[in-house]
Amino acid sequence: MPTLENTFAGIKCLNPFWLASAPPTNCGEQIMRAFDAGWGGAVWKTIGDPVTNVSSRYSSIDWAGQRMMGFNNIELISDRPIETNLREIAEAKRRYPKHAVIASLMVESKREVWHDMVKRAEEAGADGLELNFGCPHGMSERGMGSAVGQVPEYCEQISYWVKEVARTPVIVKLTPNITDIRMSARAAKRAGADALSAINTINSITGIDLDTFTPNPNVDGKSSHGGYCGPAVKPIALNMVQQIQSDALSVLPLSGIGGIGSWRDAAEFILLGCGNVQVCTAAMHYGYRIVEDMADGLLEWMASKGFETIEDFRGLSLPNVKEWKQLNINSRIVANIHADKCIGCQLCYTACWDGAHQCIHVDRTEGGLDQPVLGTDPRYAQHEANPHGKPTPAQVIGLSNKSVTMTPIPKLDLGGVGSGSGGTPLSRIPRVDVDECVGCNLCSLVCPVPDCITMDKVETGLPPQSWEERVASRAATAQ
Amino acid sequence: MPEVVTFLEQFQPSAEIVARFPDLHPSLDRQAAIPEANRCLFCFDAPCMVACPTHIDVPRFIKKIASGNLAGSAKTILESNVLASSCSRACPVTVLCEGACVMNHYNKQPIQIGMLQRYAMDAFHASGAPLPYALPPETGKAVALIGAGPASLACAAELRRHGIAATIYDARPMPGGLNTYGIAEYKLPLAESLREIDLIAQLGVSFEFNTQVDAAKLAELEATHDAVFLGMGLGAIHRLGLANEQMPGVTNALDYIEGYKTGAILTAPASVAVVGAGNTAIDAANAAVRLGATDVTMIYRRGPEQMSAFDFEYEHAKQEGVQFLWHVQPTAIVGEDKVEGLTLSMLEASADGSLIPIAGSEFTLPVDLIVLAIGQATHTAFLTEQGTVKTERGRILIDRATGQTSNPRYFAGGDCTNGGREVVDAVADGKRAGIGIAASLKSMGESAPA
Repeated sequence: MPTLENTFAGIKCLNPFWLASAPPTNCGEQIMRAFDAGWGGAVWKTIGDPVTNVSSRYSSIDWAGQRMMGFNNIELISDRPIETNLREIAEAKRRYPKHAVIASLMVESKREVWHDMVKRAEEAGADGLELNFGCPHGMSERGMGSAVGQVPEYCEQISYWVKEVARTPVIVKLTPNITDIRMSARAAKRAGADALSAINTINSITGIDLDTFTPNPNVDGKSSHGGYCGPAVKPIALNMVQQIQSDALSVLPLSGIGGIGSWRDAAEFILLGCGNVQVCTAAMHYGYRIVEDMADGLLEWMASKGFETIEDFRGLSLPNVKEWKQLNINSRIVANIHADKCIGCQLCYTACWDGAHQCIHVDRTEGGLDQPVLGTDPRYAQHEANPHGKPTPAQVIGLSNKSVTMTPIPKLDLGGVGSGSGGTPLSRIPRVDVDECVGCNLCSLVCPVPDCITMDKVETGLPPQSWEERVASRAATAQ
Repeated sequence: MPEVVTFLEQFQPSAEIVARFPDLHPSLDRQAAIPEANRCLFCFDAPCMVACPTHIDVPRFIKKIASGNLAGSAKTILESNVLASSCSRACPVTVLCEGACVMNHYNKQPIQIGMLQRYAMDAFHASGAPLPYALPPETGKAVALIGAGPASLACAAELRRHGIAATIYDARPMPGGLNTYGIAEYKLPLAESLREIDLIAQLGVSFEFNTQVDAAKLAELEATHDAVFLGMGLGAIHRLGLANEQMPGVTNALDYIEGYKTGAILTAPASVAVVGAGNTAIDAANAAVRLGATDVTMIYRRGPEQMSAFDFEYEHAKQEGVQFLWHVQPTAIVGEDKVEGLTLSMLEASADGSLIPIAGSEFTLPVDLIVLAIGQATHTAFLTEQGTVKTERGRILIDRATGQTSNPRYFAGGDCTNGGREVVDAVADGKRAGIGIAASLKSMGESAPA
């Protein structure tokens, strides 16, 4: 049986699922309920001089009927007294000794203030410290949060102060609101940090109310930029995780954060080298209970792949991320529309014509399938749109609009256009001109039916070659 | 300027009928409409659009609902179909747009196109906006339209969009034809039909009600107009040809539906027999149930496989509690001075497929009311007598693309040309004829000597 037990930066954990420092970890009562639900660890809502928050604080992006595709907040760090948070840390650790409790800290950028805060958090029993150098709103205006994270020198300085006194592992939480996240990651590593966590939220304005002209969230008629998170930010987070993990000067144990809500998301972050993951938005959306399937699903997947521990697959995808110049430009794939699965929506057709290379046609009933395939590699041979003079989308629509259609009378007009039973009519099933297809994937991405459009390998007869190699060989030939 | 009294203000529906015939399918609310609109795949050259006789750009109007552009959604619909509101309620969508939805090939429920169209149109009507058509300057041309049903209404709207004067003549006091008088109230309330026609009247369409057009009147109209559109629909419902058929207690489905929709009929007797098994027969049978009949039986000489009603109508009738007697044929109407029973004979198929009565199989069903729904006759005799236009089996022959008849000054559409199809077919016919008339008048004007 695989196990989810793991060790992150020296901190032993029941599983790699931690709640990120955020509203779900605001107090001991919440964190202990989260542990009951199955979370392996929790990073306490950032502790520092208590703040006063505003209302409202959150806003979100809904997409195609799905709520909270992206989530935004302008809440600050903990608004509770430091002593209260520390007392509850002690209580949580006493009652849940096997669970990881990490104290997230943010105080004034003064050495003695940080020293004091670190010592108090460790005395309370925290298993580790996370330095919040990422909060992009409110705290940054006071010289903390991302104001520190965005300046590698400050990040290094404060991390260094913390490491001077810390006895527990120190995790530096990085902001994505920076040109190259490796700069602050390297700074933290230079200062001796034990681990990193990334990403914090991204500067955002989620949307504007079209009646009041005020962005959300609305605080008495005004708004302010917030921090963006949730499913929408996952690709950005994965890219930054990969950047850090592929950089020798940055690489440290990394706690992955950003849009994680399922075991699949978690597996992807771990495959890019993360030692564990932190979750916030999904728990805010659905509650602590989501961790049950995160654990269950990840274990099932690990078993199906033959992985015993998190370490067995951690970082396996890193060698598969290359620079563009190292990719094989002689590899060719072309789209293949499987007629038996096609439902005739023709989204691939319009996407290919307007968004790609005009190589999908609706002509199966007009001899399109008999079109000879020339076998040329279109990437080099074709630069002209629609070389075979196929009807354009506007012409196709025009013909449809000219058709005279009548309501079928049952038992009289069988097989009328309205009779949806039976298979997709052949006339509705698009065809790929293999010769023209550049293998861009777009049709397979827009197709609503799984496995209906596959991208199939076509042998070019050419040996693998990257752009880097081609340039080098040209240079060699020229000499 | 005189105060305009709308049709809706002139003809208040009966409150009792409104209460007894609530919407069969309640409208979608925003919480239901938006996710449903988002479910639409936004197909290219969408099959639903092709399947719609008026070619409404369905994906376009649905995506406008999803984006919250309800005004744009309604405009998109109205661009293709001026009776979009009644079509959204009366269309047999399962054999039209929704039947063509690609989701049917994907083991998924088709998009609720009809309900979404109604959602957009309800919002449009609630906004109080006029029809979104830019009317060009008047051309000075004038067209007379015979019959105020969907075909003529659609044709008239199209003519106004081409700057052509349109006057509609109808024998009844209210406009709309079957839209107003003949569609089950739980599908298309009378008030909804009139509300929609009020907007067409705002385009400058004139109406002459209580005017029966016969051969003489038609000749007069032809002489005073540049073209004539024939959209008078079908004629009376066929009769059984049995004795006692004039007796009280025998009626036909169209009179029956009109009777309750206009508030003239508010109750039904206990036992009702409906003869026929088409969609109108089902509307009449369901009406009898809702008006208080306890035993409603549909009488059909063939089996359920052959009935001309749509499957969903048959299912609906069964849910309303309508009973069915298959393979039977009325042979006598029983009663002294009013109907007391209907004698039926069981039928069997002979070797050549024709139906013959089984000897000795006769029985009498005790009924208080017999509603005939065995198809409508045509109403084109006044045309053929004079050789005005060519017909075939009573139907006016037209060029489907332009609606033009054998007589170049006459155009036609709707049930009088197709033998009786749906509202949306009549709208499509009327629209094409309107465009056809405009093109014809334009070319005549161009070719006329200076």
